[in-house]
Amino acid sequence: MTIDRRFGVMPALAWMVLSFLVLPLVVVFPVSLTDTRFLSLPQEGLSLRHWINLFTSEAWLRSIWQSVVIAVSSTAIAVVAGTLCAVGCWRITSKLSEAVRTLMLVPIIIPTIIYALGLYKFYVDLRLLGSYTGVIAAHAVTGVPYVVITVSASLANFDPRLEQAARNLGANLGQTIRMVILPNIMPGILSGAIFAFVHSWDELIVVLFIASRTIFTLPRMMWNGIQENLDPTIAVVAVALILMTLILLSAELALRARRARLGTGTT
Amino acid sequence: MTAATAATIEAAPARRPRALHQHVYWLLILPSVVLMAAFYLYPLVKVLWISVTEPSLGLDNYERLFTSASVQRMLTVTLRISLITTGVSMVLAYIVAYVMVHSSERVQRWMIFFVLVPFWISVLVRAFAWVTLLRGEGIVNNLLIGAGFLAEPLALVRNELGVIIGMIHYMVPFAILPLYANMRGIDQRLVAASRGLGATPIQAFLRVFLPLSLPGIVGAGVLVFIFSTGFYVTPAILGGGKVFMIAEYIAVQINETLRWGLGTMLASTLMIFVFVLMAVLGRFVNLKRLFGAG
Repeated sequence: MTIDRRFGVMPALAWMVLSFLVLPLVVVFPVSLTDTRFLSLPQEGLSLRHWINLFTSEAWLRSIWQSVVIAVSSTAIAVVAGTLCAVGCWRITSKLSEAVRTLMLVPIIIPTIIYALGLYKFYVDLRLLGSYTGVIAAHAVTGVPYVVITVSASLANFDPRLEQAARNLGANLGQTIRMVILPNIMPGILSGAIFAFVHSWDELIVVLFIASRTIFTLPRMMWNGIQENLDPTIAVVAVALILMTLILLSAELALRARRARLGTGTT
Repeated sequence: MTAATAATIEAAPARRPRALHQHVYWLLILPSVVLMAAFYLYPLVKVLWISVTEPSLGLDNYERLFTSASVQRMLTVTLRISLITTGVSMVLAYIVAYVMVHSSERVQRWMIFFVLVPFWISVLVRAFAWVTLLRGEGIVNNLLIGAGFLAEPLALVRNELGVIIGMIHYMVPFAILPLYANMRGIDQRLVAASRGLGATPIQAFLRVFLPLSLPGIVGAGVLVFIFSTGFYVTPAILGGGKVFMIAEYIAVQINETLRWGLGTMLASTLMIFVFVLMAVLGRFVNLKRLFGAG
């Protein structure tokens, strides 16, 4: 089917909406190359001074490192816990496992500010304020649902008889998961990992509440910069984040295509 | 625990009873459920608990929903902004989703890509981009003044207009994805049939396509409304300390005035509000499918 004249101005309107979504993001690219000390389009010519500032400033470099450590660790935990949970729920089709899967939607829906308040009080008791452990645990728990969702989607395409066959041929649960289930749902797991990573990498509100004066992740540095001085270095960070997101999004789309192929291939 | 699991299985006879089989799979669910209960649900319960115990046991904090003028003003602003955002986002998203399902595969893939790019980009980056564009010395004002259209810069941020623009920008992809998923499931032959039976294109849309897309509209609409009411980052940045929606208002109670009673009461109210909306929504649409988990 192609667009035909019956739809009149609709396609034009749709593309205008899409431009509204994408064009504002494009503006940060020239701003990151401004030759002025303030946030503006380049005046006399292009300059890399703010890019150099990002990669030579100790504070920014430290915050990049902190963000990487937190995002990688919390992703690892979320992927392991979330994958096991999705496999378990997939195998047990009872009311209770349905409840578990519904429970997994809660962190996606509940506004983060509510969670941040409770977590702050909880961490006061546990003495976890300002600790890597605390931030990693919070990001891991809120990342689990994304893994459960993507892995469940993969499992929906996976023939359960393969799993039964492996068990009947004498494989134990560990072997079955490792040698039969995991290879088949790998695209789903990797998608989940990308979602969990991006979730932690971009997370601001929980960090604002529990990171005290020790942890300044990239979003927190940006937030402070926007509130205080609107330094063009923030535009550089924004560009870097957009480029990274585009790479991760492309990877996810490739995995999704692969997942769809696997899904039709096995049945 | 995995070692223990493995041991149980090794020890089991070759023909395991069904019950044990199931039992083992429950162990896989355990880590997530325990993590979730300890590090997610318990903090939420704590918020509810503090809201009825701080400073003293009872519902005194909740009384302020009905008596405090500043709380009521903030709630009105939150509801107004959320409703406008939801309404505009849904119209824009419906247009895009509608055109998408009627386009060729190739065009659809491009449109999906242009929806997913902003969807994936950090909310901070997006709010920041709008600040660079809209602020007094921002790009939009400078261009308009430079071109001679304006003498004075327009007030585009630090007010409700700026917040609403930023929020619509954030919410449109959230609305497009469920609408698109729903519309793809609509049998196009029904529209063709109604045209064949003499309906005008507008009648066919209003009487056939629109009712069939209603579950998508309800699902996407409620979702966007929920996300809007609890939104923190964009209203805080584009509102610039002038427009307070409930999430930022709560943060201010906690961080600046240390009023935990008021802060947790508002957080609890928001939580209950969200749960009620989800419960109602769950009666009309499959929630897990809405989130891609079905």
